[in-house]
Amino acid sequence: MTPREAFEDQASRRILITDGAFGTEIQNWKLSEADYAGDLDLGHDQKGNNDILALTKPEVPEAIHRAYFEAGADIAETNTFSANRISQADYGAQGLVREINVASAQLARKVADEFTAKDGRPRFVAGAIGPTNKTLSLSPDVNDPGYREIDWDTLVDVYKEQAAALVEGGADFILIETVFDTLNAKAGIMAVRQLEAELGREVPIMLSMTLTDLSGRNLSGHTVEAFWHAVRHARPLTIGLNCSFGATQLRPHVKVLSEIADSLIMIYPNAGLPNELGAYDEMPATTAGFVKEWADAGQVNVLGGCCGSTPAHIVEIAKAVEGLPPRRVPELAPVTRLAGLEPFTMAA
Amino acid sequence: MTETSASAATPASASGSRFVNIGERTNVTGSARFKKLIMAGDYATAVEVARQQVENGAQVIDINMDEGLLDALEAMTTFLNLIAAEPDIARVPIMIDSSKWDVIEAGLKCVSGKPIVNSISMKEGEELFLKQARTCMAYGAAVVVMAFDETGQADTKARKVEICSRAYKLLTGIGFPPEDIIFDPNVFAVATGIEEHDRYALDFIEAVAEIKAACPHVHFSGGLSNLSFSFRGNETVRRAMHSVFLYYAIPAGLDMSIVNAGQLDVYDQIDPALREACEDVILMRTPKAGGDQTATERLIELAESFKGKDKAQEKATQEWRTWEPVKRIEHALVRGIDAHIVDDTEEARQAIFARGGRPIEVIEGPLMDGMNVVGDLFGSGKMFLPQVVKSARVMKKAVAHLIPFIEAEKDANSKAKGRIIMATVKGDVHDIGKNIVGVVLQCNGYEVIDLGVMVPWSTILETAQKEDVDIIGLSGLITPSLDEMVTVAEEMQRADMKIPLLIGGATTSKVHTALRIDPAYTGAVIHVLDASRAVGVASQLLSDTQAEGYIESVAIDYEKVREARAGKGKRDVLPIADARANAFKPDFADKAPAPMQPGLHVFEDWDLADLRETFDWTPFFRAWELAGTYPAILDDEVVGESARNLFEDAQKMLDTIVEEKWLTARGVCSFWECHQDGDDILLADGTRLPMLRQQVEKSRDRANFCLSDFVDPAGDWLGGFAVGIHGIDEHIARFKAAHDDYSDILLKALADRFAEAFAERLHQHVRTTLWGYSPDEQLTNEALIREQYRGIRPAPGYPACPDHSLKPILFDLLRAQDTAGITLTESQAMLPTSAVSGFYFAHPESQYFGVARIGRDQLEDYAARRGVDIATAERWLRPNLD
Repeated sequence: MTPREAFEDQASRRILITDGAFGTEIQNWKLSEADYAGDLDLGHDQKGNNDILALTKPEVPEAIHRAYFEAGADIAETNTFSANRISQADYGAQGLVREINVASAQLARKVADEFTAKDGRPRFVAGAIGPTNKTLSLSPDVNDPGYREIDWDTLVDVYKEQAAALVEGGADFILIETVFDTLNAKAGIMAVRQLEAELGREVPIMLSMTLTDLSGRNLSGHTVEAFWHAVRHARPLTIGLNCSFGATQLRPHVKVLSEIADSLIMIYPNAGLPNELGAYDEMPATTAGFVKEWADAGQVNVLGGCCGSTPAHIVEIAKAVEGLPPRRVPELAPVTRLAGLEPFTMAA
Repeated sequence: MTETSASAATPASASGSRFVNIGERTNVTGSARFKKLIMAGDYATAVEVARQQVENGAQVIDINMDEGLLDALEAMTTFLNLIAAEPDIARVPIMIDSSKWDVIEAGLKCVSGKPIVNSISMKEGEELFLKQARTCMAYGAAVVVMAFDETGQADTKARKVEICSRAYKLLTGIGFPPEDIIFDPNVFAVATGIEEHDRYALDFIEAVAEIKAACPHVHFSGGLSNLSFSFRGNETVRRAMHSVFLYYAIPAGLDMSIVNAGQLDVYDQIDPALREACEDVILMRTPKAGGDQTATERLIELAESFKGKDKAQEKATQEWRTWEPVKRIEHALVRGIDAHIVDDTEEARQAIFARGGRPIEVIEGPLMDGMNVVGDLFGSGKMFLPQVVKSARVMKKAVAHLIPFIEAEKDANSKAKGRIIMATVKGDVHDIGKNIVGVVLQCNGYEVIDLGVMVPWSTILETAQKEDVDIIGLSGLITPSLDEMVTVAEEMQRADMKIPLLIGGATTSKVHTALRIDPAYTGAVIHVLDASRAVGVASQLLSDTQAEGYIESVAIDYEKVREARAGKGKRDVLPIADARANAFKPDFADKAPAPMQPGLHVFEDWDLADLRETFDWTPFFRAWELAGTYPAILDDEVVGESARNLFEDAQKMLDTIVEEKWLTARGVCSFWECHQDGDDILLADGTRLPMLRQQVEKSRDRANFCLSDFVDPAGDWLGGFAVGIHGIDEHIARFKAAHDDYSDILLKALADRFAEAFAERLHQHVRTTLWGYSPDEQLTNEALIREQYRGIRPAPGYPACPDHSLKPILFDLLRAQDTAGITLTESQAMLPTSAVSGFYFAHPESQYFGVARIGRDQLEDYAARRGVDIATAERWLRPNLD
């Protein structure tokens, strides 16, 4: 079985579990600047460059992967959200993009295989690609709406470099996550398509959109449906939502997406909304109670956590949905689905 | 079985758009103004052009920068990036239009949604064609494919079909989604004087139909301006040609066109001689008029008389300005002219004010009348979507002008009686109805917070809480809006709200409200049938003394509706295989012989006096809420007197209807060879009619019926019919204008009786003569009404055949639009509204039954047989799934 087939096979039997946040877990290690920097000698302060730990303190991400698998996760998302040329330039580490991603994927692969060997249950590695801090659809200059900080071809190259290294390190899938700009996501899809052509095999894509307002649009202005229309050509293994809000706020949009998408649905919300101090204090059982509603309604295939979630959250989520049937992927009629910021469907 | 009021259980249809209106003003090759702006680098104004396009109803905007003196790639990128920053433009999909591939690809790198590429072709061979197609797939774009190959552009029908079929095979071969293919089979100029060109328009229309059949799921586009190229300078003729062409090409399958709404005429309003000449040219007919002239010669000759008519036309155009304001408003609405609408509305308002009327009457009177005319023309395929959108805009402008007056009137009444939110729910853009309700409420002293269209539930709830409103009103016109309303109700419940929720709009109903929305929310949920009831409902809900009683009475009413529903079909559902094993097995030795007169039979004007004799009066009284059976009802102790008076008025009106021939009864029927194929009926021409089987467990000797049971698997015949009563509109308009509601309702009720009687009489004619399986049948009218004859005529959408969406198949078989002038709305309602249609089954043991509740297994099986996805089937069959 290819990783895609294995994943779909598992997903047809039960609701799968992905992992939770890395940031909060890393904080618990109380790492110093020297811990981050190791002996790379990059000439920039590395504190906060979580992704570089794969090279300088690999025991940290490894321990976190292990904690999430122990909590019941089927999927490890690599600790590579910012491991792209653009974001790493802030740390002077743009020359290490390949190394960081290869090492991160290898770490996750190693722990995943270790758990599979123990109980025979397949574990998967999703190579995580963040959106970068540049956007293809919006101008950073309000007085010049036509200006763009980056162009398509550059961004495709940036994504491709990262995706290639993740696959090289052993990732099963590429997870294009926290999509605030739909055009960035489309560039990510193009990058993976180019990589596939070079490798001569499929690299399955997982896509996860993030909303910036409660009415259900992302930063580039797309509704959930329009986003789906714009990226359906990726034939994504999973499509879903993550970050920005807690489960309560995502609820109506999960319902919409589950009805229109003929891919598996993966949702990993934040642990509620941050409090006044920017910390998340939604209790694991509370989060689990919210996400269970989706499982009860047959709306989800994969669940996990984003900002503020911990292995304890994953334990509770896994417990809450154990034995519940997964969502059945609907068959869609062959009608023309176009989109601007809003969806447009032509009658058959 | 008349469809006067859309049956409460009617789910509406496909929410998709039918004819797609592509904006063409942002194209340098088509718009001199846009070209000038781009050449001068005035992008700010160019962006405004795009904005106007979308405001005017373009559903997709075509962007083309192909101009020799322009860096097209640069201009495409700049313009696309600029409009990406404008949410009210960027909300619609983009069509990236260029003959240069690098410009198209540059465009694809800027467009964030899912665009259409216009265009690719096999002009330079298969290899390049497929390479470009693969690139479109990688970017996620639909694509226009020109009918062009290595040897050139397709001109004949055969070439168009050949090239498009080949392209389809190649594209689907590399996994290109067929639904993302839009063929442009080339519209060429006709009436050029060159004989080989005469077939071009007809070839296009016929090719579209043929390709559509051969290449499932594709769409068709065509540019209109080429067609009339030989008449450039003569706008009258060009507009007429475009409209006539669309009138025939749309039913064949053309579903999108780059078109300027200003270059179209209303089909019905084209000069008849000109229209006929255009039809002769486009359909390649030999002209009836004009001696032995060819169609082209005839049109050229006629065109002369319209030449320079642009001036005469202008005069005529000005002439309507001298009419009285009410006529002017209607004209402006039908033609979509907004130039004078504010002045005309003001004049009408002053006139009404002078006779003591109120500003609201301008809306209720002339504006609504005008929109009704537009609705009728659109419904009958004589106006096209772009024009309707323009009409709606004119309407909005007029209403906008009136609102301050209505507000002022309200202020005079001091403090607001209550605060009400009005919103068209997410996913829906229809707001005329909602605006009218808003206006009616405002002029009755309520403060209305209008949240507009496409409003997400979160905005509705937030506003309700922030503004401390008393009532929330939701509106929607299309089916998916029903589900969205349930979502709003659920969210109100979750937010622990208590205020009443009003539900209104064309697809909403009391039954749906009672069954789906009311249970989702513990606060009051009230279905408001039409704008006129809104004030009554609001005032009762906000009254200290009446609210409680009113809410309770509605709650009881809805509970009854639910009980009535729940009472049915509570028994267990059998697995479909078991239900099939218990199918009804008639003796096919008794089946009807082949029809005596097979083929299509058209009745253009059935004698009204004859139909009047066959009236079934009982439902007529029921329509007036008088309970009892005719003729006993006339002597009923309680309602006898009312019934007699009503009957007398009805007879008087019938006399006039028949004498002055107010109405025309048009109908069609036909017979088809067929055989049973499982639960389907398969016609000899390959048309498949899937039917549903009863699945509720039966007592021992009753079968689980399906309509296909009545058809012999070894070969049989099936009939079909549609009848409609035309001509009611002008009389209704007259009654409306006279504020004569009574005559209005009376006429509508009688028209329904005519339609029913016609269906009954036609069925009789079929039994005795056309099919002729009961040549000696002699039945009294009573026996006829009690259906004591052999054979049945079940209709799609009714209990034995609950799927409304079979109607388009029946109508295609009957060519009902051409033959009987009956059309279907997107929710499969028939127009004219007094109309009946159905299938004929002739087996002596055939009988009516209700499919009732069906299981998930049959739903899935049916969806597959019907070739629709499960969600679609679920939507159509929802009443059978509860």
